Amino acid sequence: MAAPGASLRLVAPVWNRGTSGIRGLSRSVDPEGSQRKGRTLLQFLADHFYDVEAVREYLLQKQVLKVLRKNRFQDKEWMRPNGRGLSGELWKLREVPIEAVDASGCAITYQGLDNLLALKELQSLSLQCCPHVDDWCLSRLYQLANSLRELSLAGCPRISERGLACLHHLQNLRRLDISHLPAVSNPGLTQILVEEMLPNCEVLGADWAQGLKLGPEEQSRDTASSPIPA
Amino acid sequence: MLRRALRLGLGPGLLGRGLGAHREGSTLDWHGKVSEIKKKIQSVLPGGAWSPLCDTSHLPPEHSDVVIVGGGVLGLSVAYWLKRLEKRQGAIRVLVVERDHTYSQASTVLSVGGIRQQFSLPENIQLSLFSVEFLRNINEYLAVVDDPPLDLQFNPSGYLFLASEEGATIMENNVKVQRQEGAKVCLMSPEQLRKKFPWMNTEGVALASYGLENEGWFDPWCLLQGLRRKVQSMGVLFCHGEVTRFVSSSNHMETAIGEKVTLKRIHEVHVKVDHSQEYQPVECAIVVNAAGAWSGRIAELAGIGKGPSGTLQGTKLPVEPRKRYVYLWHCPQGPGLEAPLVADPSGAYFRREGLGNNYLGGCSPAEEEEPDPGNLEVDHDFFQEKVWPHLAQRVPAFETLKVRRAWAGYYDYNTFDQNGVVGPHPLVVNMYFATGFSGHGLQQAPAVGRAVAEMMLEGHFQTINLSPFLFSRFYLGEKAQEHCII
Repeated sequence: MAAPGASLRLVAPVWNRGTSGIRGLSRSVDPEGSQRKGRTLLQFLADHFYDVEAVREYLLQKQVLKVLRKNRFQDKEWMRPNGRGLSGELWKLREVPIEAVDASGCAITYQGLDNLLALKELQSLSLQCCPHVDDWCLSRLYQLANSLRELSLAGCPRISERGLACLHHLQNLRRLDISHLPAVSNPGLTQILVEEMLPNCEVLGADWAQGLKLGPEEQSRDTASSPIPA
Repeated sequence: MLRRALRLGLGPGLLGRGLGAHREGSTLDWHGKVSEIKKKIQSVLPGGAWSPLCDTSHLPPEHSDVVIVGGGVLGLSVAYWLKRLEKRQGAIRVLVVERDHTYSQASTVLSVGGIRQQFSLPENIQLSLFSVEFLRNINEYLAVVDDPPLDLQFNPSGYLFLASEEGATIMENNVKVQRQEGAKVCLMSPEQLRKKFPWMNTEGVALASYGLENEGWFDPWCLLQGLRRKVQSMGVLFCHGEVTRFVSSSNHMETAIGEKVTLKRIHEVHVKVDHSQEYQPVECAIVVNAAGAWSGRIAELAGIGKGPSGTLQGTKLPVEPRKRYVYLWHCPQGPGLEAPLVADPSGAYFRREGLGNNYLGGCSPAEEEEPDPGNLEVDHDFFQEKVWPHLAQRVPAFETLKVRRAWAGYYDYNTFDQNGVVGPHPLVVNMYFATGFSGHGLQQAPAVGRAVAEMMLEGHFQTINLSPFLFSRFYLGEKAQEHCII
């Protein structure tokens, strides 16, 4: 929120992260027992990397590369409807339009969605528990508006109500699953707003009463039924 | 070894890491500790390069390769890209001078935070496209070890520009250019508008352009803090002070055809410390003017515009502060989650804010009715008379609304053609501009920072060619007019 009323806390970064990293590294290596092993590891690192921050950035880059590579490999898997088909089977099915894709748990990213969005006859898409699917990815789904009837986003840790707002393009959607989204700030209210946004769609998700305070009668009923600690 | 380290002054690297100094929010503490230790070492060593008579630990450093005037999003973006594109790590010493650490009047944090590709100039479209890619991958660009990732709170809801009969052809042409450059924009007829957004009254609307992807709004504070954190980790020095004077030297030269030209070079920047008369002359090689609404004043200090009018010497930097109001209101029956940032042909605009049916919006006043930019007081009558009627006409539900809050901020308004100024000044050869974006500076900041850094390091633009935005256009009279201004 770009309002001046927001609290003005300027986070102070600790300067010597790099040095504590080196000290931390030696501390973690020492309990190994072998002083010599610790020193050569550090020497190796010091020779090949400018400082420990660079090491971590390098490792992070490799991680990201791994994700992207996995993506391209997964792509072949989607085109195969079931099991570990051979490339021969894949060849025969080239002309068949794909109707449903189950990408649950896949490490698909924003760039990886290119493959899905090319499927113009897609009717059902499941992106359950995909760790990298976020609001930016949802903003690309409008390209499937003509055919998509079912969409499941349950359990994706990065999706918030802001990404759900751009699902209004999918007017042919009949089933939408938005349960268990930890990044959505107010699941009950979001559910109501999404239902209003997509009138023809059945929205599965949080119970709309979640997060509401109990009324006085319900409160007294609860206290009467709960066991009183002795 | 110690003496050499001491002579290097307060640069990062040897001294900072070796002594394990902590860098807190401002550089004052850090300098204090270091000067203490230096004094102790001085007393032990015989002789010494500088006298311990005056303690300058609380002042900015005496030398810096680049001094960036202004610590807002544009200044920090230039600092980031300079450190990122330098050939050797630690090659360039950068100092960012910011007058107000609370950013209480900075345009960055008072902005509505929108980002769009719907511009008429191809350069603007490309700047926005790169910036949105930067924001999407912000945690790869601005990652700092051990710090949590940034959450920009990006709403990918898009912008919706409405055009009346007269503006329809211009809008069609603009959309063609935007699509050529790669923006995902579609045109909508009034019929389609009514179907998609039933809460809208399409009377008077002939055509609309809707951004489908890569457009929306985000939290500018987060971007500013992310840049600040990253830039500090890359070794950029921050200084809390105000630039009061430039000390420069002049060189009288002749052009190829024999005309006499005076080239100036800034050698020192005098930075005055807050609440005190003390100032520090910072020796520098390059000065970047990223002072936003106050860039005109900084340019005058450097002697830009002091000369007979009509000549290159007499061409001032036409950037001045213009006050704009933003109102936050609540409307229980207002547009739902699907609402984009709607820009009416009359100039009024609004967008949703959060889940609770709150809306943000405003309107740019006509030239004659520009409010006095002396302070940031809000004029509530402006909303009643100029903004509300247009909003209520466009969205009937807005007839019942209640204004909750309002604030005002500055546009660093370029009176010449409402587009940014980048690149060096032709006469003051080491002052570079990164200002004058007239309300779309925040959304183009990452790309502009990269362009200015490329200009400074390589001497020409490498990725996006911003030659239409150089200073010389003010003297030559070549307007790079942007039509889609909110």
